[in-house]
Amino acid sequence: MAPSHPVPAAPRVYALVGNPNCGKSTLFNALTGLKQKVGNYPGVTVEKKVGTSYSQHGQAMTVIDLPGAYSLAARSPDEAVTRDVLLGRRSDTPMPDRIICIVDSSNLERSLYLVHQILDLGRPVILVLNMMDIAAKSGFTLRTARLEKELGIPVIPSEAVSGKGLIDLKLAMSRPDLPLSRHAWDVPAAIAPAVAELQASLADNDNKAPLCARAEALLLLTDQDAVRVSGSTPLSESTSGILKGWQQRWEKEGTDWAAILVQSRYDAIGKVAGEVVQRIPSGPTATDRIDAIVTHPVWGWIILAAVMALVFLSIFTLAEYPMDWIDHHVASFGDWVRSSLSPGDLRNLLTDGAIAGVGSILVFLPQILILFLFIGLLESTGYMARAAFIMDRLMSRVGLNGRSFIPMLSSYACAIPGIMATRTIEDAKDRLVTILVAPLMSCSARLPVYLLMIAALVPGDRVPLMTKVGLMMLMYGLGTGGAFAFAWLFKRTLLKGAPSMMIMELPPYHLPRLKDVALHMVERAWVFVRNAGTVILAISIVLWFLSAYPQAPQGATPQEQLAHSFAGRAGHAIEPLIKPIGFDWRVGIGLISSFAAREVFVSSTAVVFSVGDIGEGKEMNIAPLRAALRDARWPDGRALFTPLVCLCLMVFYVFAMQCMSTVAVVRRETNSLRWPLFQIVYMTGTAWVATFVVYQVGRALGF
Amino acid sequence: MSVQAEAKLSELSAGASAIIRAYPKAGAAFLRLREMGVLPGTSVKLIRTAPLGDPIEINVRGYNLTLRKSEAEHIVVERI
Repeated sequence: MAPSHPVPAAPRVYALVGNPNCGKSTLFNALTGLKQKVGNYPGVTVEKKVGTSYSQHGQAMTVIDLPGAYSLAARSPDEAVTRDVLLGRRSDTPMPDRIICIVDSSNLERSLYLVHQILDLGRPVILVLNMMDIAAKSGFTLRTARLEKELGIPVIPSEAVSGKGLIDLKLAMSRPDLPLSRHAWDVPAAIAPAVAELQASLADNDNKAPLCARAEALLLLTDQDAVRVSGSTPLSESTSGILKGWQQRWEKEGTDWAAILVQSRYDAIGKVAGEVVQRIPSGPTATDRIDAIVTHPVWGWIILAAVMALVFLSIFTLAEYPMDWIDHHVASFGDWVRSSLSPGDLRNLLTDGAIAGVGSILVFLPQILILFLFIGLLESTGYMARAAFIMDRLMSRVGLNGRSFIPMLSSYACAIPGIMATRTIEDAKDRLVTILVAPLMSCSARLPVYLLMIAALVPGDRVPLMTKVGLMMLMYGLGTGGAFAFAWLFKRTLLKGAPSMMIMELPPYHLPRLKDVALHMVERAWVFVRNAGTVILAISIVLWFLSAYPQAPQGATPQEQLAHSFAGRAGHAIEPLIKPIGFDWRVGIGLISSFAAREVFVSSTAVVFSVGDIGEGKEMNIAPLRAALRDARWPDGRALFTPLVCLCLMVFYVFAMQCMSTVAVVRRETNSLRWPLFQIVYMTGTAWVATFVVYQVGRALGF
Repeated sequence: MSVQAEAKLSELSAGASAIIRAYPKAGAAFLRLREMGVLPGTSVKLIRTAPLGDPIEINVRGYNLTLRKSEAEHIVVERI
């Protein structure tokens, strides 16, 4: 029996679409509260956010928050996902039944371009005019009733930040009937025949609904070099054949078909905007006044330096307390487990493998949270775009653009949040290059290694301040120089593409919404724990196994056990490889154990040279370790840690990829195993070559 | 249009306004600029040049946009 009123079995699916910086996330959070699921679109690293909202009658509605886009003619993976979901090209996401377009009212003309493309899709659209207060302040008067009449769809003025308009929006979403737009728009004569032919083919060969076929036909004309992302259904052969035919014909005639199409859309938008928007010119806005200082040739640099200094200071000072706390509690939890279980393999697996592994995941969290707090603040206030504007010239020297600056700089603290922050880079190749070089920036985990080596390098107990500063600066300089050199190289060889561009909106400054920033921060941290965490845990257990087996006979010291283990044997096995760069098998064990985290080199070296407990963090006393290193000898009696070898070890740590957490994050962010493996090979290879050169040249010079 | 009034977008000085006249070049960057509302007939104002001399910031249709000089030098404008 067919019901007289067809009730949708599954909840209605709404897509939330808008330009970047239009307040879309705030509206999404307001609509769905905390009922959201954050993940990835399969096959691409684009964030997928789906939430549930409830209608006036309590019916559940699914809301998909699509990535910000300026146009459906995609230029970035983010925009490609938005396009493909709206066109029903992705099998992993339902095609939305209805679309909510959100626009920045103070920027209506440009925002209506995307809306105009979306109206073509032939699905019910609700238009949300956000930031009405800002528009009013900038001198705009919008006649919303007129806009509603012109477009024939519900138009809702709102201020997502204060929640104004939310009830009206939910009322509109609850309507069982939503009108289709009656905005009439003529396809320009020069391209109309092509659109008709493509539309027919899309309907016949690609099973598209008639209106959707027209929209897709129009889109194909501007989407010349379509960003095809994985998960998207390709076009049928006959349709792409027709498209190619027309393009060849137009090229011969000299018709710029894409330009004609964009122009005719803006002509239609201009007519609507002329009826709807009135502007009383006002004086310079707050944004103009702030920008005059923030992008000033002198003040701009001072502010940028101050902001970055504040970020780093916060990371190094604030993160220390929770990190020590986590370290301490993980350690005492391990002790508790150790004391409550009987000795054996299971106990060691739990304490030295699993608990230590969980600890090494958790210990990154404070840094990640703090860095993402700042990145969220910089992004939501609008400062991020200004930093990119200021730094673009420098980054363009190596073929990147200004957007890569913040992720690379963040990597000085820790490459993990730096790499996770590359999602703000639109261009897929620029993003990958930034990910590949970010771990070359000397992160804070290298500091303990540098400090130990500097202490071992100089004679006497006290390291002269200038030597310390000089060597440190040399190491940071080497890493930074290496990062830029490899970025330059990769952009020219491996990841050659269209020259990067810097077409970027400088949005008006906003006060940050702390709730949104906090939510984003927690989401990112959770993503790290859930995805990278599992890999890190697995590798920690493997590393534990390698250092604990095979077991030495009863009564062996920790030093003997380590020498006896797989890790010890591996140290011996790689000795022929590392002898030319000045290291023996004991250093080899340190290098291998560093894979858990670089600073582990210090503690494992202490075990190898049987120094005993040297403490951790601030209480660490490296004096006995330094003495042991100075006494260490090759079998033939030569000193092992000569000043040259100490320097070599530092150079090796600058370049080598020795951080499994970074590997895990790169695997997730590039969605492949190939790139993290390539990264291990190229970085560690460079480390070997650079160290080889330093060692051999140093030897030849008599050091 | 006098010869003097015609210029490249990259040649404008800060604070100068102009109307876009022609785009002699096609390509992904220029298509995106069009989609962002920078079209022949649109009026633009050069807001500033970045501290290191590139990119430039323009105001178009009421919002601010950056682009590099390498793109701006292909855009012909008429000073007003």
